[in-house]
Amino acid sequence: MPMEKKQKRLYLRIAILAVLVAAIVYTIYTTANKNDVKLLKVGDDAPNFSLVDLNGKTHKLSDYKGQGVLLNFWGTWCKPCKKEMPAINDQYKEFKDQGIQILGINIAQSELEVTSFTDKLGVEFPIVIDKTRSVMRAYNVDPLPATILINKDGKIENIITGEMKEKEINQYLNSIKP
Amino acid sequence: MKNITCECGHVNPEGTHLCEKCGRPLTEEEKHAKVVDMKYEGRAIRSKTYNKTIIDKIWNFFSSVKVGVSIIVITLVAAAIGTFLPQVMYVNVMQGEDAKQAYIDNYGTFGKIYYNLGLSDIYSSWWFQTLIGMLAISIIAASIDRGVPLYKSLKNQRVKRHESFMKRQRIFGEKEIAADKAEESLNLAEKKMKELKYKVRREDGVLLAEKNRFARSGPYINHVGLIIFLFGVMLRLMPGFYIDESLWIREGETASIPGMDGYYLHNNKFTFETYKKEEQKQEFNQSKAAVNSIAKNYQSDVVLYQSKDEGIAGETQDMKKVAHHAIQVNKPLKYDGYALYQMDFKLNELKAMNFNLVNKKTGKSLGEVDIDLTEPKKEYDLGSGSKVEVKGYYPTFSGFDDGEPQSDSPLPNNPAFIFKMYTPETPKGETSFVAIKQTLEPLGTTKYQMKFQNIETRNVSGLTIRKDRTLPILAIGGIIFMLGVVIGSYWSHRRLWLQRTNDGRLLLAAHTNKNWFSMKKDLDAVTTYAHLPLWVDQQEEDEKEMEEKEGDNTL
Repeated sequence: MPMEKKQKRLYLRIAILAVLVAAIVYTIYTTANKNDVKLLKVGDDAPNFSLVDLNGKTHKLSDYKGQGVLLNFWGTWCKPCKKEMPAINDQYKEFKDQGIQILGINIAQSELEVTSFTDKLGVEFPIVIDKTRSVMRAYNVDPLPATILINKDGKIENIITGEMKEKEINQYLNSIKP
Repeated sequence: MKNITCECGHVNPEGTHLCEKCGRPLTEEEKHAKVVDMKYEGRAIRSKTYNKTIIDKIWNFFSSVKVGVSIIVITLVAAAIGTFLPQVMYVNVMQGEDAKQAYIDNYGTFGKIYYNLGLSDIYSSWWFQTLIGMLAISIIAASIDRGVPLYKSLKNQRVKRHESFMKRQRIFGEKEIAADKAEESLNLAEKKMKELKYKVRREDGVLLAEKNRFARSGPYINHVGLIIFLFGVMLRLMPGFYIDESLWIREGETASIPGMDGYYLHNNKFTFETYKKEEQKQEFNQSKAAVNSIAKNYQSDVVLYQSKDEGIAGETQDMKKVAHHAIQVNKPLKYDGYALYQMDFKLNELKAMNFNLVNKKTGKSLGEVDIDLTEPKKEYDLGSGSKVEVKGYYPTFSGFDDGEPQSDSPLPNNPAFIFKMYTPETPKGETSFVAIKQTLEPLGTTKYQMKFQNIETRNVSGLTIRKDRTLPILAIGGIIFMLGVVIGSYWSHRRLWLQRTNDGRLLLAAHTNKNWFSMKKDLDAVTTYAHLPLWVDQQEEDEKEMEEKEGDNTL
């Protein structure tokens, strides 16, 4: 048997084994991570969306390119959401003229509930209602509150689930300041 | 590597049983055997030819049939154990409970052991998947190592084989014959075998008739099918190939569909019907009707919309209606590779509440207020100077916190309101807190009240969204697999060798990989016709001899 042929056979065997081992590793890896598969990861492009706020103004994420954007998903029944909302509002006042946008995204509640909630807390940043849960699904938001930080290039900088303290919000907003 | 040089001068690789060129037996074993082992045409199985590098060693491990069978057995046993108890995804886990507790509650100590050993999610375990992967490697390595030499050997086979090869075939016969008679026999044999749809090749004094060589490829074809099938199953893990999501959607609601970007679903109506008494068969009425009625239909009437730009979530301005369908069990709405199935339902969720604004003393009504619980209005004008303002709405009222009503869910499970009622009699307004079976007047006694009249309810459809792009791949894999099985089972590779020796004999040998009966039928047809030597089945002879030696066991 000539040497070249043997070499060829060895390479073929290496190639076949490599492909199959890669397939096994891939299968095990993805199955192991199946349960916490986040459709979204830090560094991904933030999915674009368009929702109308309580004043009738349309907010389209792509219009805010060049600015830092904080998305806060919330609901009136969610206690930690209620707790962090005033802190977000205070930080909004501080950062709103520094190229930062804050959007509160309510999950499919009635306008009455949302307005009475925000009026009571004196929320100044725009609040939109995700009636069809489309944005919630696009961002794979499950437990509330969830906060997504998007940098000026439209990439996701950070994903926070659970209540935030005012100091943390301050740090997060500084991190996405253009 | 040691090569084996045959007497005919051909150099064979180590491990060859029968010379690749002339068919002479090369190993001591084959030389002494009455019938040679024709598996893989006596070619060296590739893995056995060299064993130098680590890659070769791994390859040879997987190429072994023993290893392959062991992997199959272990996989089957593991898969069987996985069916002892329901897998974790099918176990009903109560809220606030973990899966382990559910196994203990349902199945006791055995359930606990089962869970702790990780058998409750066996098919997702790394070791089960490794087993399947090893099975794939084994199938590929074993097929290549055996299939390639077999293919080459059959492709390059010579018409003339050595006498020792022919003698050791299961079917063999010989007789003395004159040269001209032998030639005539070969001519007749060629004619007959061609009639029987054999391909006939001839050289000086030798003949090879062959039929259905492709039957030998059956096992290799079905291995290809298996590998495609496994690949299809693996593809399910890749994003976009397999979607299995669920959606709860209320009547009148429009919701985005999980897993279907850019699509929205509107639920017009959910219907649950049972058979009426007169529709049911007599036997059902006698026994079961007393306990419960039998379901006839679960149906969601839905409309599917597609947004103009699927890249923009929440964009519901310019939606296009693309389908409307009555989803019933086994009649899904199918669109663009997706299928929406009727899976579950909830009946009679609160939708609207109807109140009457009445004077407590006189009972005189100033008008009715119909409150849509999904979108209550801020203010309801009753005309003639009366109106009701909704100051607060609590869909699932759960008590007061710091004097303020709380709601712990967005669903109207236990709605409560704070109303401010204005009438010509009470122009400044009166405040009242109204919940189910509870009315509070926090700011003093009121003259008027919101008297609960009735409720409207609606149903909720539970749908499952499925997409499986791997189905065509699985189908192709399955078809190829079956094709291999059919080819391997229903056709047999048959060969007949005839040879006139220099010392004036005519040799006959025949081989088939299965169905010797048919081979013998073909032989019977040709031997008399072409005056060929009488043949014997050497294996059957052996068996007969054995039986005779063992004597009568029938006692």
